[in-house]
Amino acid sequence: MIVAVLYIALLIVFFWSILHGRKVVRTERTDAVFGNPIRTQGGYHWVACGVSSLMLVWFTFSWDAGRAFFPNSANELCQVAKLNRALNPIRSAFPLDNRHLLGTRILSRDLYQIELLTEELNELDLTDTDRGNLLLLIDEVREALVLQASSEFIAPDIPERFQDIATRIEQLALDLQNHEFPGPVDEAKMAEALAQPGWGESSTEIPVLPKTQRGRIFDVAAEIMEGITEDFSEIRNDGPELTKRIENIRERIQELEGIADQEAYKEVLKDIEKISKRVDDFRVFPTQVTQGIEASLILLEQAMQDRQGSLRFIDTLVLPGGDILAGNNACSEQGSGRWLPKPSDTLATFIWMADPAQGYKGFPLFWYKMKPVSEMIDFLVPDSVADLIPGEYGHHDEEGNIHSSFKDRIYNFASGDFDSFSVPVPTGHIWDSILRVLAGLILGILLGVPLGLFMGLSRFAKGYFDPLVELYRPVPPLAWAPLILTIFGIQDDGKIFLLFMVAFAIMVISARTGATGTQLSKIHAAHSLGASNRQIIQQVILPNSLPEILTGIRISIGVCWGTLVAAEMLAGTTGIGFVENVARKQSDYEIIWMTIIVMGVLGLLFDLIMRIVIDKTIPWRGKG
Amino acid sequence: MSDLITDKLNMVFELPDGSSVHALKDVTFTLKKGELLSVLGPSGCGKTTLLNIVAGFLHPTGGSIKLGGSIIEKPGVDRGMVFQQGALFEWLTVADNVNFGLRMKNADKEETKQKVEEWLDIVGLQGFGDTPTYQLSGGMQQRVALARCLINNPDLILMDEPLGALDALTREKMQSLVLKIWKETGKTIMIITHSVEEALLLGERLFVMAPRPGRLHKQYRLPFAEMGLDGDPREIKNEEKFVQTREEILTMIWNMEEEIMGKVEAA
Repeated sequence: MIVAVLYIALLIVFFWSILHGRKVVRTERTDAVFGNPIRTQGGYHWVACGVSSLMLVWFTFSWDAGRAFFPNSANELCQVAKLNRALNPIRSAFPLDNRHLLGTRILSRDLYQIELLTEELNELDLTDTDRGNLLLLIDEVREALVLQASSEFIAPDIPERFQDIATRIEQLALDLQNHEFPGPVDEAKMAEALAQPGWGESSTEIPVLPKTQRGRIFDVAAEIMEGITEDFSEIRNDGPELTKRIENIRERIQELEGIADQEAYKEVLKDIEKISKRVDDFRVFPTQVTQGIEASLILLEQAMQDRQGSLRFIDTLVLPGGDILAGNNACSEQGSGRWLPKPSDTLATFIWMADPAQGYKGFPLFWYKMKPVSEMIDFLVPDSVADLIPGEYGHHDEEGNIHSSFKDRIYNFASGDFDSFSVPVPTGHIWDSILRVLAGLILGILLGVPLGLFMGLSRFAKGYFDPLVELYRPVPPLAWAPLILTIFGIQDDGKIFLLFMVAFAIMVISARTGATGTQLSKIHAAHSLGASNRQIIQQVILPNSLPEILTGIRISIGVCWGTLVAAEMLAGTTGIGFVENVARKQSDYEIIWMTIIVMGVLGLLFDLIMRIVIDKTIPWRGKG
Repeated sequence: MSDLITDKLNMVFELPDGSSVHALKDVTFTLKKGELLSVLGPSGCGKTTLLNIVAGFLHPTGGSIKLGGSIIEKPGVDRGMVFQQGALFEWLTVADNVNFGLRMKNADKEETKQKVEEWLDIVGLQGFGDTPTYQLSGGMQQRVALARCLINNPDLILMDEPLGALDALTREKMQSLVLKIWKETGKTIMIITHSVEEALLLGERLFVMAPRPGRLHKQYRLPFAEMGLDGDPREIKNEEKFVQTREEILTMIWNMEEEIMGKVEAA
């Protein structure tokens, strides 16, 4: 319901934005020519247009819109799929989907292989007797093969049995056209069908029992068809003559195997046996005996199409890009309906996983947990601080009392061994990813910017550090990942270091570009205003490099984010990349898409924040 | 005694390909306290090199240069500079640009604020203290640059084509401002320019320099700056003596340019 409303709203937005855009263009025609950059300003209706068209494509091809507007269509198409599935073994024997009859295909293939075998035999180094024996055998197999196509040797009841099949299929076609079919509703069955979970509500995806009258028609027809198919596949062209010949060939092969001594000879014999065993299937019939079935199948198909009516349009227009297929006891979406999860399902998955009690693999998505301050102090303050305090650690006296000194108290503090209040600490897959990116980024900025400025100001620094940075920077971060993760471990250290490497190189280069780009006259001015070297770096070169540095940060965030997700896929037990990796292994497309969207939205958010920061901090950019 | 005294200044630039350029040759002059000097010459005559040496950005390869009796070795607060494009710190407001020098030596904040107000007043930028500099027009930026330089109370003000990038009207206004400041503060000012009219109007003394090697070609003592203090600059520019001198110098520079071209063609 919500999806339907949303879909219509999106359609309205889509068309409105196009109409509005056209209107704007008309009013602009006089004051902006092609190539004028002013023409790119504004245009938020095109953002609406882009977003809505994207969402429309998603809703449509994931079949979310189809499900919202025609909730029963999948169930009905499932019944049609069942009938098709029942029909398929017969269909595939006739030139409906293929160009040739099944019998023709088998016969031509087998004859061709016999041809090849004969040619091969002539080239082999065999005695004349052996060759003669084998050629004789091959001739016999060929004759048996050809014999199948002759109506002279088929079992007498076969035409009759085929006729029976054809009649039954025709009857089914007539039934489908009959509006009485399939008779009164079985209330109990219908109740059971209606009690099934809806489309997409359970792991079976599409409810398999027919919920509607139209569905029942195809469900019952499928049942009848299954019986017909079973009878059809039992018919074999195993008349007495053919059976006898196959028997003879088999005996002859055994006989020749007994006296076989050459390896090549045995090989040929084995090939002949393989072909003769195919004849054993007796699936080739004289063409005229099966003609009736082909005609009846065409009738049935026509009847099926007529009876489906609007369902066929729903299948092609509302559920595009795939089909609904019936399996043994379930129906499933195939094509885009399968790998493109429905937006509403994705959102539901996200909400379900966002519940901190649920999470993913026992870890929430984004939540907090209370952590005592002492633990953080233990992490931040090295224990060796206590060693630096003058004095002695406490010791016990004669009575066994322990006298702790000031040094002991410092040690207890540094090792977090004291009671403290707790503060909320962000915890969860998404938080972990964000914190890793921020940690890597901040380290990269703190070390990269000073080095970059130094390199921009000193010939020594430029020459000395340039090879280092320029050699490791072009290597894709993921190529470093295995090494870094081995050295630093798969926990946060390794990932943060990897991200630090990425951010560091970018920050060095951008800070360096910024520093070298400082106008000489500004530096001259600062000198003659009495600024010291240090002041010139702080007050002139650093602010002058800010545009480049901020652009560098913006690029770093993007690259770090990409690298992090990939690194988390390689190793680790938390993080958004980890979630996707697990989901990938389980083919859970909804979670995969959810993670993709979370990453996209977070990346966009980071970039928007950076854009705002850039606009606020360096408004002079491009205007100096 | 804060005269600028140069003695046989020589500046030779060694080029990476082994050749060398003689940018300044035997430049000797004395600029007394409170004098207003214009330096004029065709491009490549070493005007800017001379200025950079006075400012302390370059060390001469020969000769000596002294300000107030001490040798100039490095840039200092005693020599304020104004550049062609203002060279303002565009990330700072007008006030922060003006007080830059005082902030660098951690001057008293209240006093600084007062001084900034004072100087903005003098250059005609009252109330613009909190404006970001990138929003100012070219003329206003030059006013900020003037104030920024003057607030440090330098002995010598060096201007490198300070009005070159301004439109004619703004330029005239700024010329009057420079004259006004010169009179009111009694500072020694050295202006590099490529406009003959400007050089005449703003030059109590005027050096015409010649190129290859850069040297002093001719010196003038002119009355126009004094006249410009009270009179209308446009009228002065129409005076016979002004026109005469202008034509004389123009011909001089024209001939120098011709000579260079001739040399180039001959080579």
